[in-house]
Amino acid sequence: MSTVKSILFKDPASTESARTILRVVILLTIAAAAVASRLFSVIRFESIIHEFDPWFNFRASKYLVKNGFFDFWNWFDDRTWYPLGRVTGGTLYPGLMVTSGAIWHALRMISLPVDIRNICVLLAPGFSGLTAFATYLFTKEMKDSGAGLLAAAFMGIAPGYISRSVAGSYDNEAIAIFLLMFTFYLWIKAAKLGSAMWGGLCALFYFYMVSAWGGYVFITNLIPLHVFVLILMGRYSGRIYVAYSSWYALGTLASMQVPFVGFLPVRTSEHMAALGIFGLIQLVAFVDFLRGQVPSKQFNTLLRALVILITVVAFTGLVTLTVTGVIAPWSGRFYSLWDTGYAKIHIPIIASVSEHQPTAWPSFFFDLNFLIWLFPAGVYLCFRQLRDEHVFIIVYSVMASYFAGVMVRLMLTLTPIVCVAAAIAVSSIFDTYLEIDSPEEQEEDDSKKSKKEKVKDTTGGFLSSKAPFIGIYSVSSKVAVVAAFSVYLILFVLHCTWVTSNAYSSPSVVLASRMPDGSQHIIDDFREAYYWLRKNTPYDAKIMSWWDYGYQIGGMADRTTLVDNNTWNNTHIATVGKAMASSEEVSYDILRKHEVDYVLVIFGGLLGYSGDDINKFLWMVRIAEGVWPAEVQERKFFTSRGEYKIDAEATDTMKNSLMYKMSYYKYPSLFPPGQAQDRVRGARLPSEGPVLHTLDEAFTSENWIVRIYKVKDLDEFGRDHFAVSAFEGGKKKGKKGGLAGRAGGKRGRRVVRI
Amino acid sequence: MARKNAGNAAARGTTPEPSAVRPTTPNTSVEPAPKAATTTTTSSSPSTSTVTLSANSSPLAVAGAIWGKYQKDTPQRTKLIDVFMGFLVVVGAVQFVYCVLAGNYPFNAFLAGFAATVGQFVLTASLRIQTNPANKTEFSSVSPERAFADFVFGSLTLHFFCVNFIN
Repeated sequence: MSTVKSILFKDPASTESARTILRVVILLTIAAAAVASRLFSVIRFESIIHEFDPWFNFRASKYLVKNGFFDFWNWFDDRTWYPLGRVTGGTLYPGLMVTSGAIWHALRMISLPVDIRNICVLLAPGFSGLTAFATYLFTKEMKDSGAGLLAAAFMGIAPGYISRSVAGSYDNEAIAIFLLMFTFYLWIKAAKLGSAMWGGLCALFYFYMVSAWGGYVFITNLIPLHVFVLILMGRYSGRIYVAYSSWYALGTLASMQVPFVGFLPVRTSEHMAALGIFGLIQLVAFVDFLRGQVPSKQFNTLLRALVILITVVAFTGLVTLTVTGVIAPWSGRFYSLWDTGYAKIHIPIIASVSEHQPTAWPSFFFDLNFLIWLFPAGVYLCFRQLRDEHVFIIVYSVMASYFAGVMVRLMLTLTPIVCVAAAIAVSSIFDTYLEIDSPEEQEEDDSKKSKKEKVKDTTGGFLSSKAPFIGIYSVSSKVAVVAAFSVYLILFVLHCTWVTSNAYSSPSVVLASRMPDGSQHIIDDFREAYYWLRKNTPYDAKIMSWWDYGYQIGGMADRTTLVDNNTWNNTHIATVGKAMASSEEVSYDILRKHEVDYVLVIFGGLLGYSGDDINKFLWMVRIAEGVWPAEVQERKFFTSRGEYKIDAEATDTMKNSLMYKMSYYKYPSLFPPGQAQDRVRGARLPSEGPVLHTLDEAFTSENWIVRIYKVKDLDEFGRDHFAVSAFEGGKKKGKKGGLAGRAGGKRGRRVVRI
Repeated sequence: MARKNAGNAAARGTTPEPSAVRPTTPNTSVEPAPKAATTTTTSSSPSTSTVTLSANSSPLAVAGAIWGKYQKDTPQRTKLIDVFMGFLVVVGAVQFVYCVLAGNYPFNAFLAGFAATVGQFVLTASLRIQTNPANKTEFSSVSPERAFADFVFGSLTLHFFCVNFIN
């Protein structure tokens, strides 16, 4: 045994270079694994941008590459939010596009002309490798490089992070998590060393983070909280002052350079905690300086006077500023973090986004597997040592756990700390149980004695941290524990691969299904329909759809949209919701006033695709009701028994709504009479379908997922079609060229736009 | 905390004040008396004498004591840094008063100017803390030269952003 040991485990100092090489190799392998496990979607489908938001980012990146940085900065996009347009350059986080643009230019410089689409698709996997490296550095500061490697491996394949970073998921989070971890690493480094350079570097990466993701507010609040907790624990030191002051002074100024952030850091309540702690630490530093100058008795007198003075000044200042309105109150999104029911009542647009829903508890296990039950153990181990940086882990884990429970999306910020804490726990277990030598019996007696002595003279701190390390005696317990954890680790890898492959690798633009014989069947209705729009409609055609599809229409069909996923104008979205939820008569007015040429709806009834517009319809109604409570009422869409029905029992309001009509128009004709069935809602439809007066069916995709309607123009006499058909009493339904004059007063009656 | 106090006491080992308990306080406060008296009201000195008996002195008297000790113990270089910091405070205050009185119209310009003074202040304060011999134990990895390099790096970054922001 001892010879084997002497061969395998030489003196640590002499094998240092070998260890370094090994670490580099392991880290490279981890990075390769992290990238590889994110490529499922590219292999299964193709190199394609996923989902919704990435389509906008992709479009913006193309614009940046094509027109250069300054045009991008001043980009006014008149092809979205028709007729308002969007000041895109000033209302986005440019970090992601600038990053991929820089990569594109760098590759061209070394004669590698890569398509910007491939850069966008592969950016997230590439950065996940860097995230693993940043996690390694972060965890190394907490424990040692062994724990760091474990954390990097966990971070590389944890589904909680993969969910937002598979190939093609070209979203802000793709680079933001790397920046988050690296900023935290720099912060820990700065706080440990008390160096203004690390603080300044931390501020620079914080700036990068601010330019990349709105989640930077998490850093803005977490670092001050760490400092605050340290001050409350009586651990103020010059190091903390240097690190925090340099970070805040530089970071805040830097963050204000991003146009979308602008003056927010000095105006909104979300950023006030950081400012407050900045002021506090100046005072604490000053008081600390005074303490060095006077005897403690007199210091108390001075302190009391100072405290009273500062409290009075700060309180008056805060009250004045809030009353005069210099500091804005908290924004709705943040209220919904504290009160999960808040958004549902006040801001339906926020509640309607699925990733803002509270997390269901199984998803913690689904996304983190065995890490989630090692997480508390890791936090406990941090309590045992409780150096300044361990306080950071504790603060981070408490905050992130809470926020992850409130919003599904924030699972993303929880994942890194869970990986770090779990890695600390696992590596402590391995440190203990992988020791080949068993301790001698004699040593035990000694250590027990010394333990008793130590307990006696313990003056502070945790008792458990004073106990000397003894070791494990029996080989069998070592083998059992190590084997058990190896099995857990292997299961973790299997689980991660399974989750990634099954749950997170679908582009959602292209759907996959299985044929009865087990072969894969690709459902490509979305691209089919968008391509139809691109090829068969005029370039300046305006497409109305629910906002979910705005970015995709802009990206794939390259047509003007009314609303899109950048939900900055609630009223405009509510207008679209009202158009969908109202009867044709009302809707046609809205469509005409917004010069809509085509209306696009998603219908999953034939295929059983549950994410369709009828299922989202209630949100449209709610959002419209928030703006026009008198004209759109959610209650009227429910049956008298309070059910949401689309079959024969559906209410008249429901049956007359534009959305219902467009979804089920001609649908029953697919089936034998009386057999028409909606496969999503499992309902049998009435045998005769709805009748459309003002819209023409223009295109329906292969599986009826996307249906596009053309808005009819006024007829030759300037009448709307509803008036025509009403006049003709249904004899010539929808036919152009009736005779009656138009009821003149109608157009001006309703105020549609803001 | 205890460690830190010990460190400070060791650093101030040469000065007699901390060990002597009561009588020193009037002495030290007398030393800067010509200066303190001009700034503070005369009523403070009687109150000092009365409170001294109850083992408590007024905040003003303590402040005077600090001033005297500061004058005596601080190295010339550190004083220079402090003068610079005082200058920054004045500049910042002037900008703030101007902003309050004359309005904050080019708000980014005001913020850039104000942030420049505040940022420079904290960076200078950091330099002062790092180079203070009393804090040697805390900043084991930061030598005075390194501290100055940090200071230059921080200032360059700060002013780069300021110039960019001020338009």
